[in-house]
Amino acid sequence: MRRWLGWLWVAFLVSVPLWMTDLYYLHVLIITGIFIIASMSLNLLLGYTGQLNLGQVGFFGIGAYTSALISLGFELKLTDNFALAVDPHPAWLGFVFGVILSGFAGWVVGRISFKIRGAYFVIVTISFAEVMRLVALNWVSLTQGPMALNNIPPFTVDIPGVWEAELYGKVPNYYIVLAVGVVSYIVIRRLVRSRLGRAMIALKENEPLATSVGIDVTRYLVLAAVVSAAMAGAAGSLYAHYVRIIDPDVFLFIYTVTMVIMVITGGKGTLAGPIVGGLIFGVVPELLRDTTRPEVQWIIYGGLMIAIVFFLPNGIVPAVHQWWRSRVSRAGVAVPLSEAP
Amino acid sequence: MVAGKQEQSRGSGFLDQLLQHVVNAVMLGSTYALLGIGLTMIFGIMGVVNFTHGELYAFGAYMMFLFAMVLKLNFFVALVFAVVLGVGLGALIELVLLRPLRGADIDTTMLVMIGAWIIMQNTEQLVWTGVAKSISTPFPEEPLVLGPVSISWLRIFVFVAAGLLIVGAQLLIHRTKLGKAMRATFQDRDTAALMGVSIGRIYTATFALGSGLAAAAGALLGPVFVAVPTMGDLAALKAFAIVILGGLGNFAGAALGGFILAFIEEMGASYISSGYRDAMGFLLIIVVLMIRPTGLFARAERIG
Repeated sequence: MRRWLGWLWVAFLVSVPLWMTDLYYLHVLIITGIFIIASMSLNLLLGYTGQLNLGQVGFFGIGAYTSALISLGFELKLTDNFALAVDPHPAWLGFVFGVILSGFAGWVVGRISFKIRGAYFVIVTISFAEVMRLVALNWVSLTQGPMALNNIPPFTVDIPGVWEAELYGKVPNYYIVLAVGVVSYIVIRRLVRSRLGRAMIALKENEPLATSVGIDVTRYLVLAAVVSAAMAGAAGSLYAHYVRIIDPDVFLFIYTVTMVIMVITGGKGTLAGPIVGGLIFGVVPELLRDTTRPEVQWIIYGGLMIAIVFFLPNGIVPAVHQWWRSRVSRAGVAVPLSEAP
Repeated sequence: MVAGKQEQSRGSGFLDQLLQHVVNAVMLGSTYALLGIGLTMIFGIMGVVNFTHGELYAFGAYMMFLFAMVLKLNFFVALVFAVVLGVGLGALIELVLLRPLRGADIDTTMLVMIGAWIIMQNTEQLVWTGVAKSISTPFPEEPLVLGPVSISWLRIFVFVAAGLLIVGAQLLIHRTKLGKAMRATFQDRDTAALMGVSIGRIYTATFALGSGLAAAAGALLGPVFVAVPTMGDLAALKAFAIVILGGLGNFAGAALGGFILAFIEEMGASYISSGYRDAMGFLLIIVVLMIRPTGLFARAERIG
């Protein structure tokens, strides 16, 4: 029944470009979709393991830069007489490398930072993203620094004789983002319902107890970080090949904040949470764009973030869920209003 | 012989330069220490990771601009007003946002503080626009030249003022009744409450004082640099670096951490790469947490 509803939702999303003819709205949906993928990746750490990682944009940016550089080609001077030269490759290969490299970065950051918890962990993750931004800004020979990487090639299809095309348009990009989004969703769902997922939730609920029954804390956390980082890298790669220009600002802390807002609004630790939160914070600001200035919009964002923490601490999805259940069981047994700790 | 002399003069040039860098680092370090002390107090006593700290720093700089440049008040009077308003704003944030959340877990308060940070920064952007504001000072343009080292009078004033504020905060914590109550709360909140310490009032006072120190740092550095809406971001992150360096909640550690960060930044920028100046702090955080997760001067039982 639930699965059936999910596929109905996917079918609806597939149909969107057929009736939505305004390309601007399609553009908004593409960007929103990319951010939803990034938020889903953040949710894996924030929602399921309870680690407030505020450096997620670091992985997003690594994915974007790697993918862009592989598809543009680059030359890396390692020593005076040895240089690593990479010719331009198709965008999909860039995507693959982007995912692998961000996953690797996730492993490194995870190994390093999961020794510590709480405020220390948060600050290390922020520092990681900020160092990445400064590297992108200063390593001009590789990243062009503030001049940005321009003319990043779009995704291409290359089936000789059958279909060869460069996917510049909104509609193909929409479908690419949708496909990656659905795959990410399925990966996360399988993950959190597996042994790994149960271990992660046990860690979030009570780490000493989880450790005492033999759950290898660091191993599971690092595994979650690798998957999460790889997924954020995938989102970054999609972004690079869709927008086709990236500069060090892709590493800005404000993007991490956007992801955090999406996750906590929708409901952290729920599968649908990042999608609901992402749609709200991806689409609503665009609707407000003509009437409010960006500063005002951000002020509203900040206010909403505080309001949600105060009044809806578990997010929209659990709240709706609860309301629905209490409606269903109104005649029968009363369901306690607050189940959450 | 000639070559030897050349070598020698280059050597003394290097030393002169080094001396100049050390002096610069000490001047900068005093304001960093001010930032770090405010943040570490708030964390140590309240357990709050204060993301608005950088915005209070920016607030101090903008208030300085408002009073000294727009309202044309005396520079020193403007400085006092900026700090007093910073204290007031800190108290307001504590009463409105943090008091209702007492007892909530650290992640919850962090999210609320991030929300407050976004609101404050964008309000600054809205009110003052993105154009940088410079603040003029009554100090002479000509720097003070001491042998090979030259220091601007403004920086000397900043150093002295920051030093006085640090000593003042230290005295407040160690010599007053309020400070005693703060230290008691830091050691054991419940016992302090049983002894008749009003925890709510201590929290408000702590947050207000920490905010006042951040605003003071901003008001002092505003005239040295310029005031821009995003100035708080780096300040906040650097303050975190300083606090981690000294150990969260460690007052003396934060003061020392401020000087260490300034020193590393100055040396890193001069001898490694100036583009990575601001990265030094973050690399330092990562390295310190790798080696000693409790900070370099871990003695977290008490502040001071």
